[in-house]
Amino acid sequence: MSDFLAAQDSAGHEHAQPRSDQNRSLWGDVRYELMRNPVFWVSSVLVLVILSMAFAPQLWAETSPTARGACRLENARVEPSAAHPFGYTNAGCDMWSSLVYGTGKSVIVAILVTIGTVIVGVTLGTVAGYVGGFADTVISRVTDIFFGLPFILGALVFLAIFPDRNVWTLTAVLTMFGWTSLTRVMRGSVISTKQKDYVDAARALGATNFFIIRKHILANSIAPVIVLATIGLGAYISAEATLTFLGVGYQRPTVSWGLLVAEGQNLALAGFWHLLVLPCAFIVVTVLSFILLGDALRDALDPRAR
Amino acid sequence: MGRYVARRLVQFIPVILGTLFLLHVLSVLTIQIVGDPVRALFGENAPPEAILEQLRANYNLDDDCLEQTGNPCVRLFVDRLAQYASGDFGINFRGRSVAELFVERFPVTVRLTVIALVFETVVGIFLGVMAGLRKDKLVDNFVRFSTVLLIAFPVFVFGTLAQLFIGLELGLPLRDSERAPEWLGQMLTVTYNPEFPWLSLMLPGLVLGAFSLAAIARLTRTSLIENLRSDYVRTARAKGLTSSRTVGVHTLRNSLIPVVTYIGIDIGLLLGGALVTEGIFNIPGVGQLVFLAIQANDTPVILGVVTILTVVFLVANLLVDILYAALDPRIRYE
Repeated sequence: MSDFLAAQDSAGHEHAQPRSDQNRSLWGDVRYELMRNPVFWVSSVLVLVILSMAFAPQLWAETSPTARGACRLENARVEPSAAHPFGYTNAGCDMWSSLVYGTGKSVIVAILVTIGTVIVGVTLGTVAGYVGGFADTVISRVTDIFFGLPFILGALVFLAIFPDRNVWTLTAVLTMFGWTSLTRVMRGSVISTKQKDYVDAARALGATNFFIIRKHILANSIAPVIVLATIGLGAYISAEATLTFLGVGYQRPTVSWGLLVAEGQNLALAGFWHLLVLPCAFIVVTVLSFILLGDALRDALDPRAR
Repeated sequence: MGRYVARRLVQFIPVILGTLFLLHVLSVLTIQIVGDPVRALFGENAPPEAILEQLRANYNLDDDCLEQTGNPCVRLFVDRLAQYASGDFGINFRGRSVAELFVERFPVTVRLTVIALVFETVVGIFLGVMAGLRKDKLVDNFVRFSTVLLIAFPVFVFGTLAQLFIGLELGLPLRDSERAPEWLGQMLTVTYNPEFPWLSLMLPGLVLGAFSLAAIARLTRTSLIENLRSDYVRTARAKGLTSSRTVGVHTLRNSLIPVVTYIGIDIGLLLGGALVTEGIFNIPGVGQLVFLAIQANDTPVILGVVTILTVVFLVANLLVDILYAALDPRIRYE
């Protein structure tokens, strides 16, 4: 689903300032652009907050909702109050700490899937784009076939067969269906880089293929992959939560956003609105931060903008 | 055009076979690794081996190759293809034919998808054109902001929130009220109502189309802005054509090409999303079938329905590709 996001919105920014310093490198330019973009600052602060919640939840909430004695049934579904602004979950756990401790579950899967898809996508995309010929045909056709399976439907079939699902099964299945768009983008990007004069020059000077790929191709064609991977992080968080909501992701007693929404859905109709709205807000803010960060990166990295 | 269609059809065969094979290999591999779903059905209380054998035979799970990890079970795939060709997509754990269940429920899903598609293309293109024509103005900023926000809402989040705030908080007083027209209350409903087969699908349809609406609006905006700067638009303007003709006839037709491509991909997204929306709004469509099958651990239904939906998706994509050629002459002569 992040596929189209990469392709668009480049037209909106042709008013970029002329470069004040002609000697800046590509990445220097990128840094300069990013520093001036308020969206970048807002989204990266949010992303840092989310990452700290994911890896060090104890900084944000004292007790884990899975700790002994953390949840008391007499508190079940208690609405937000001044002392507990987020209220309590259906099981009587503090909503705030459930949400904070649930962050890691979503974010870690998304990070692992992003790493996996980037490794697969960059490798296959580089091979297909640089080697071309038969390798390109095979890789492109396999990509087409994987593309033929709608993402959520494909992931669902395999997760449904697994009797118990954890971080690793979710990562494996999401990676399996997620690598295609990155491969396509990388392939296109490598093909256009390959035709540049400096690649010819390097070859004329006797550089080996491995050296050219490492020094020239990768560095100059990775930009769209970075953008797509950032947006993809948000998309995978959303995909994980969707699969969990459908009942093929994390299972109780794990604390996760998707499970909280699934639990809150019916109870919200019965009047306990905070059980639904608060986990939804966490999901939306997280996905939004990654999309905005990706947007800011694209604005900075897109050569057409300069 | 004829040659293009023929070539596209020939290319279609390996893709659909490949996709079905992929689905087959991955499911076989999963079964080989985690053990067969029939055994999982009973949990810790194992029934007699004879009953298990009988069940395995019923669900085509008695093939020896399912016990050899890494074996792609090509023979089983050929058998399955033959079954698919004769319209047999397996039976569920209660013995009903999946194909029958699918056909029964498909019309509802089609209605839901049509509402979503019409909504997202009409509103999406309209918003995209408004924003593209008034770049960096208020409308444009509003469209850009609201579409980013919409994209950040996963379907299930948007669906559950819409059900609570629009279906219940807003819709319930309307349905109870004497004065409000009945259609309005039914349009903003919390669940599907068979007496209003279109109206009560409105809210779920809008939820389903929301993500793609944002995508289409952004795509239209970007490609319109790019096309408005092109030479042929300048020529058209220089000839003295009115601006409605320049935009409406010359630019828009070209700007809609990426949108049509997107709609092809989008059908897959909508089918996945229909599963979520139908689950939330209790709509008796194909998605709900899968939704309920997940809760009942009914693997044959999930596999059968996903197979059919994949074929539907691929065929829809093929049609979009052909439509695409009608829109863009460059593709036909490639």
